[in-house]
Amino acid sequence: MLKEKDKIFTNLFGDESFHLKNAQARGDWDNTKELIKKGREWIIDEMKKSELRGRGGAGFPTGLKWSFMPKDSKLTNYLVVNADESEPGTCKDRDMIRNEPHKLIEGCLLASFAMNAHTCYIYIRGEYFNEAVVLQKAIDEAYDAGLIGKNAAKSGWDFDIFLHRGAGAYICGEETALLESLEGKKGQPRLKPPFPANKGLYGSPTTVNNVETIAVVPTILRRGGEWFSSFGRPKNTGTKVFCISGHVNNPCNIEEEMSIPLRELIEKHAGGVTGGWDNLKAVIPGGSSVPLIPKSNCDTVLMDFDSLSAVKSGLGTAAVIVMDKSTDLVKAISKLSHFYKHESCGQCTPCREGTGWMWRMMEKIGNGHASSNDIDKLLDVTKQIEGHTICALGDAAAWPIQGLFRHFRDEIEEQLKKTKAA
Amino acid sequence: MSNQKNTFVFNKENEIRAKEILLKYPTDRRQSAIMPLLDLAQRQNENWLSRDIVEYVADYLEMPFIKAWEVVTFYSMYYTKYNGKYLVQVCGTTPCWLRGSDQVIKACKEVISPEPNTVSSDGLFSWMQVECLGACVNAPLVQINDDYYEDLTYDTTKNVLQSLIDGSPLSIGSQSGRKSSKAVS
Repeated sequence: MLKEKDKIFTNLFGDESFHLKNAQARGDWDNTKELIKKGREWIIDEMKKSELRGRGGAGFPTGLKWSFMPKDSKLTNYLVVNADESEPGTCKDRDMIRNEPHKLIEGCLLASFAMNAHTCYIYIRGEYFNEAVVLQKAIDEAYDAGLIGKNAAKSGWDFDIFLHRGAGAYICGEETALLESLEGKKGQPRLKPPFPANKGLYGSPTTVNNVETIAVVPTILRRGGEWFSSFGRPKNTGTKVFCISGHVNNPCNIEEEMSIPLRELIEKHAGGVTGGWDNLKAVIPGGSSVPLIPKSNCDTVLMDFDSLSAVKSGLGTAAVIVMDKSTDLVKAISKLSHFYKHESCGQCTPCREGTGWMWRMMEKIGNGHASSNDIDKLLDVTKQIEGHTICALGDAAAWPIQGLFRHFRDEIEEQLKKTKAA
Repeated sequence: MSNQKNTFVFNKENEIRAKEILLKYPTDRRQSAIMPLLDLAQRQNENWLSRDIVEYVADYLEMPFIKAWEVVTFYSMYYTKYNGKYLVQVCGTTPCWLRGSDQVIKACKEVISPEPNTVSSDGLFSWMQVECLGACVNAPLVQINDDYYEDLTYDTTKNVLQSLIDGSPLSIGSQSGRKSSKAVS
């Protein structure tokens, strides 16, 4: 279990105020200038040593991503922070924004400096209105204290942060859709290449990072990349904020060590599965886009990238959705299918048409009016969508359905037979 | 789409805000301000946008109306009709559903109107089901205008709605008495 002294987000629940004074008392903005003075090579090197992998779902190594930014571009470099948290099950960034905004803002300065960016945009989902108000107050405080703006934190680096509110579109969490949205257009993902590091916001080199990825940067730089990588397993390092929702006694967010066993996470922090561990049916371990795993996997799986991918799922955003034996799994996944149908941007045919078709088929199965052939056809369609769209939303819509039938097909067919007989 | 006859302009306060918003973006990228400006306009107009208003905002940013209209119809938080003084948005995605969002919807049907997207007879509110609001460990929840009411049950949903009827809305956040997303122990 992660010790209190090793937690990065000591005010995750807002027990203390978010304001600058309190944040400074917790160690934020402590001699930021010294960190900047060590230079961008040093910062990127420490980030590489930390082995931090992006916290938005894809898990790409952060230090490596930063090193892709051109060093001598004549264009303006941008850092864009993805605070469009909308993956069902996920609500960790919300707590960081409303209770620890100064960690994010300081991280923005350090990351931007490392990537030669003088300007950072934070794109926050529109529904997080009160969170945006807090974050703007914190940004204003940082400006007033000279921590950002001209000669930020007396480092000699000029740095601006602008907050941009979204307006209710899950797809804007996809980095190029987010950039389109920031440019004042419909949020439809761009074809890649070019990747944002070459042509991003306004055609300039841009790095898009998740809130949590940026918010842990100051602590990593203060305590050292090796300190961060001492938690978890190799390639799966650090501390991580997990969101535990669904059928548990005490749903919560919690910062823990990476690679903590799933069972320990649920039992130590969320009060256990409702009705006890043996009442567990399945868990979606990393937000709605990753396939569910049955209890037999949950008994032993570790909460990290490699362990979850070994059971054909993923860490994603580390949002653990717990479903006990009372759950109608077809309905639970059908609701996710409806989500993807609603959130498809409409650009690619397989996703636009496929998400609606998959949802209707899931409803048909849920209502008991389907046959085994229908399931075959549905699984075939998921394969037609997967990998055939510009962005990963098509994949994300296909995987939960594949996961459901991978583990529970026999049970579902049994149920269909019973309905038919009745 | 409903049409409004009056000619819309930003009020003084919003005119200042709009100018401040434009400072966030490069001067040759005015279109970047479309989302915040539509939001401002919507707030000035009882939380909905008519075609006239969208035309005004498009002109303000020197962009074609159709580009602005694309934005209005692409994003779910712009409304092209009046939704009552309070818009109650019930999250029905899986994490909320697992914890009883059906009961929250039941309460909305009883108190507001049997059908979604229908303004109650007194004009006070309407409800609709929405996708994930991103507060899943405080499920189930509703968003009422800008505010989240979390950890709801059938009864506490009714209490929240009644408090709107009574004109003294309950405190926002968790309705089960816990603080933020911390586990109750």
